[in-house]
Amino acid sequence: MAQIREYIPIVGQSVIEDLQLLADRLRGKIIQHINSTAVGGGVAEILNRMVPLLKELGVDTRWDLIKGGEQFFEVTKKFHNALHGRKESITQRDFDIFMDASSKNIEEVVITGDIVFVHDPQPIVLVKKKSDNKWIWRCHIDVSNPNQKVWNFLKEFIGKYDSVVFSAPSFSQPLPIRQFLISPSIDPLSDKNKDLPQETIDVVLRKYGISKDKPILTQISRFDRLKDPVGVIEAYQQVKRYIDCQLILAGGAAVDDPEGIEVLEEVKEKAKKDRDIHILLLSQNDIEINALQRASTIIIQKSLKEGFGLTVSEALWKAKPVVASNVGGIPLQIKHKYSGLLCHSIDGAAFAIKQLLNSPEYAKKLGENGREHIKNNFLLTRHLREYMLLFLSLYHQGDVVYL
Amino acid sequence: MAELREAKEPFRFHTRLHLTELTGFKAGTLEQLLFLIKKVPGSSIYHHTHRFLQQHQYLSPEPPNDFAYWVTEVMGEDELGEKLASIDTIQYHAIRNLRERIVFTIDDHLKKSSSAKLKFSRKDEEFCFMKSVSFIVPTAYIAVNLKQFAETLEKVTFDSIYFHIFESRLRLERSSNDFSNWIENSLGDKKLANDISRFDPYTQTLENLKKILIRIVKKRIEE
Repeated sequence: MAQIREYIPIVGQSVIEDLQLLADRLRGKIIQHINSTAVGGGVAEILNRMVPLLKELGVDTRWDLIKGGEQFFEVTKKFHNALHGRKESITQRDFDIFMDASSKNIEEVVITGDIVFVHDPQPIVLVKKKSDNKWIWRCHIDVSNPNQKVWNFLKEFIGKYDSVVFSAPSFSQPLPIRQFLISPSIDPLSDKNKDLPQETIDVVLRKYGISKDKPILTQISRFDRLKDPVGVIEAYQQVKRYIDCQLILAGGAAVDDPEGIEVLEEVKEKAKKDRDIHILLLSQNDIEINALQRASTIIIQKSLKEGFGLTVSEALWKAKPVVASNVGGIPLQIKHKYSGLLCHSIDGAAFAIKQLLNSPEYAKKLGENGREHIKNNFLLTRHLREYMLLFLSLYHQGDVVYL
Repeated sequence: MAELREAKEPFRFHTRLHLTELTGFKAGTLEQLLFLIKKVPGSSIYHHTHRFLQQHQYLSPEPPNDFAYWVTEVMGEDELGEKLASIDTIQYHAIRNLRERIVFTIDDHLKKSSSAKLKFSRKDEEFCFMKSVSFIVPTAYIAVNLKQFAETLEKVTFDSIYFHIFESRLRLERSSNDFSNWIENSLGDKKLANDISRFDPYTQTLENLKKILIRIVKKRIEE
């Protein structure tokens, strides 16, 4: 695990000094993060990096998990899809299952934080335990067009928090509490993002039978319908008519995502006749994901909905040209034709991929611009700073705060 | 030699760190945009006219304010976008005056262009009003003469430069930027103070701005 001083060569000494200034002002406060999974998915990934660094800076930070059985996670997956605007049949029984598990968690989870930082809908009901401490709800989901039945159910709990955090401006909703915009981040020193020697990349390509002789298109994502892996195959097929290339669809599975296996089967079915399509189920193998991204000619992220799309940040950090949907937090990362290409459809994605494959210099420039943008705005150090400012904001009113 | 002159008061470098707060207000037409620009807090006008400076420290691919970008890219009103982008922010010493200028520019355009009122943005491309919450923190860096000042400029963050040049002048309504104020009042060097306050920082990236400041100060030391 990297230490805070190891970020100095990337972001500069003064940025780290600023973090220490803020951490000093949080002395004596206990920050307690609560979510539903320790591994898999963006939330766990960020907390795994962030919690040790906050501790190193001197901020007393803890991380607790709620529990939930198969039924609970099936319901929360339905909530997740419905909040993303997908059609889901939500019944009273679903709400009952959710509340039953939540009641058990209320009994079992011990609240120790002066600031309790709850991530996503799964633990949201814990706010019933709020006393004179501060509570933040961190929504990692694209709720720009949520299913109203689920949103109204959750809103009752959201209103009890002190502040809520969204990942993109369009997710903002009319709410009686303060709302902040904080984008997630990537860790440039993690196994998923650190520099790799070419031989490590070659070993991974050989392991999965991927050729270096033709362009590689890659989408790294959980096998989830909202990531549209089938749409990616269709876009690839359109490109393949004109340019011989390969497609990698690679991703892991999270404990709180029971739908993943079903989607994986649909993808395999769609791809079965084409030996240039590589479907890889990688469970938490960050070095391999890093290697696949670095080996790629173009990275695709053709999501139908996206909380933020950290895989886009990862790709841009590696200076890769990216073709991605104009949804969720992706337009914050990609300025169309400047740091990548945005699309709205399968046809649009295919056209953009062909453009980039045929114009490697243009593709290179987009990747370089993208890397600079990520360096300035989406690295873990910026995220640490904003979280500490968020904690401090709970104790200060007004738009100009002197610390 | 200018660098030997000791300041009456040392210059304490501060930094400004910010959080973005979402207001929940969204505009899908130019009339809604105009209505909300009149209504939102000053910190929202400040945010949308200054965000680009900190997001693009090294290069600036967008027009220098969010209103201009949205009007051009989403609403397709290039002429209005150009007028908004070219508002000379450095002329304004208070947010309320800047807001009045933006309101006048949009209002004037709507009066002259009847078709502009008929345009709607897509639902997912509405203009979302945000505001900046600034946290101002003193740093450990202090300068008591020009030489130290130039050396410290090399070390401080872009956030610190940003605070002393932009935020203190417009948001805190000080008469000039902090560097010019200190150089004139504490070091008594009116010429250098003027040299710094004369150029338009809004047309520079923060990286360039830092380089220019260091160059101007070093040149003065050598004179």
